[in-house]
Amino acid sequence: MRKLLYIIAAIAVCIFAADSARAAELRVPQQATAGAAITIGTGGSGEGTLIVTGPGTMIKKKVKLGGEVTIPGEELRHSGRFTAILEGDARSFYIAPAPPAKLNFLARPSRVPVSQPDVISGVAFIFDNFDNLILQSTPVRFDLSVNGGSALSKTVTSKDGIAWLKTNSASREGAAQFVASVGNANVRRVIQLVASEPCGLRMKANRQGNSLMVETDPVRDCSGNPVPDGTIVTFIQTGGGQGRSTVDARIKKGIARATLPAVPGATLSVASGVVLGNEIRMGGGL
Amino acid sequence: MKKKTFPLIMGALVVLLVAVSTLGAGRLRANTSTAEGAAQAFFAKVRAHDADGAYAMVSPSSNIDKGSFYRDLYGSDGNLKTFSNLQQAETRVLRETDAEADVRTNLQWSTAVGAFNEARDIKMVKESGGWHVFWPAPQQVNLPPQVIPVNYLRWDIIHPRSGDEWGSQNVEAPRVRIVSMNAVEKDGNIIIMGEVVNEDTVPGFVNVSATLVGQDGKDLREESSFDKTSHTLLPKEVSPFRIDFVNITLKQIKNVRMSPNALLVPASADPVVGVLHQRIEKDARGHSVLRGELVNESGQTVNIPHVLATYYDNSGKVIWVSDGYVDKALLPQVPVPFSVELRDDVAPNVQTYRVTVNNYTIDRS
Repeated sequence: MRKLLYIIAAIAVCIFAADSARAAELRVPQQATAGAAITIGTGGSGEGTLIVTGPGTMIKKKVKLGGEVTIPGEELRHSGRFTAILEGDARSFYIAPAPPAKLNFLARPSRVPVSQPDVISGVAFIFDNFDNLILQSTPVRFDLSVNGGSALSKTVTSKDGIAWLKTNSASREGAAQFVASVGNANVRRVIQLVASEPCGLRMKANRQGNSLMVETDPVRDCSGNPVPDGTIVTFIQTGGGQGRSTVDARIKKGIARATLPAVPGATLSVASGVVLGNEIRMGGGL
Repeated sequence: MKKKTFPLIMGALVVLLVAVSTLGAGRLRANTSTAEGAAQAFFAKVRAHDADGAYAMVSPSSNIDKGSFYRDLYGSDGNLKTFSNLQQAETRVLRETDAEADVRTNLQWSTAVGAFNEARDIKMVKESGGWHVFWPAPQQVNLPPQVIPVNYLRWDIIHPRSGDEWGSQNVEAPRVRIVSMNAVEKDGNIIIMGEVVNEDTVPGFVNVSATLVGQDGKDLREESSFDKTSHTLLPKEVSPFRIDFVNITLKQIKNVRMSPNALLVPASADPVVGVLHQRIEKDARGHSVLRGELVNESGQTVNIPHVLATYYDNSGKVIWVSDGYVDKALLPQVPVPFSVELRDDVAPNVQTYRVTVNNYTIDRS
């Protein structure tokens, strides 16, 4: 009889233990996405407090045990590793970022001379609609074009949320449109391609009374791009026994002009930055 | 008795003080019976801003009206003289007869940009029993009224707003480069000089600073070029710079660290100033000076021109940089002479030179 009582007591303890174990049972989702609702299953009976913590998130809910608890998507905007805790039981699960929806695009430099190798860089950071960095490899397309000219188009697969590209500057000046796109998201930056150093700088001179009007031919770089207006061109007059005269003229509509005193026998030269142009020696004709 | 003594003592004291002050004033007052004394008295009135008194000492034979005299002395058109005050006037008689005298005057003005020295030879004439200053009317070239079309460039900048997304683009600072640098020791001071070029296609506000590194590798001093450079550099513009470190020798330093700093700033491409007839000469004191004429080729008045001169030796190395302010405004198309001092020990080594002009215009920021 005593043996029977022991057996019954042992069975009761096992039933109680099994019931207690069912009360703490949590079923977390295997796959979850930021911004989407999730369902967490619970075991047992009665009421309990469910706590869900994760990056930037802390949710506390009174739940009825033995049912399922739904957490709406607007409460789960962050991706990362989360933990659900219910009545002493804890389970971890991972919320992945939503599909790519945003790009942060760093394009450097904002201004660059034409025909330079590896001077333009673009770095794209891929985010979902809730600003979660998407660490999964994602193809990002980079397009670079100038004034409808030939365009560079390249697709780069991101690594750890970042895709980057380094490329040459085109040979044609203008505002280059540098676009990074992923899915429906795209970001545009403008890189100003500017003329390089003047090339083949040439001037001519005309005498007007006691003055000499000097002007350059249209000032262009070696790729044929006009050097921007406002660039300094220095006209220098030496010799002729009247000292040295200089004028730092500005290019205007592609041409630099200046007025110098007409000094017979003087030599005229022209320079822009560190680039020298032609020389003119003033003889009887001028 | 006491009642009478006290007023007597006080009266005597008053008489004594009046006598002393009268005698003192007489001693301080310049002796206008001599040419030099009259010149001193004239400049004392100028210094005291007593324009009427100074004009009264001008010889009628000068044929200068009061307005022109005032403008010549105290400036006009917002030029440097309008921001100046005469501090000191040294006079020395070069030649004197009974009727006239030549007096060399070295005037020191305190101005908005520091001390400004002016050497002027004035002629004194004896008229009506006293010495008077012959002050000729300044020669002014009056241009015929005309319209000078000016359509030079101006650069403006749009900066990103504070609410813009992270990583949004900003316009970058202009690329500037030091193209030459030379460190010399003069009179117990270290002078760092050279040239900086704006290699970009946009204007920049450039400041060149230098740090002297001592023999132990520690920084000794840091200075910037201050006004010995052109701060606003247009695209491809080359400017000299000079940085002075006083009371230090080259032996004390191991090397020099240079840093050209550039900021993108709004700027205008005008005015254009031509520098004509530059030549190195000796001045009246026998010192080397670089002289020439400035011509404002634009239509806008340049109030305070600042001349910067770079001197090169036969290998093209920058061997000196000097500067000077011009006390006359640059009116459109009117040549204005300038003179910049050059060290006498440097002058024999100068092979060529380059002059650039900074300009300060009052009605433009």
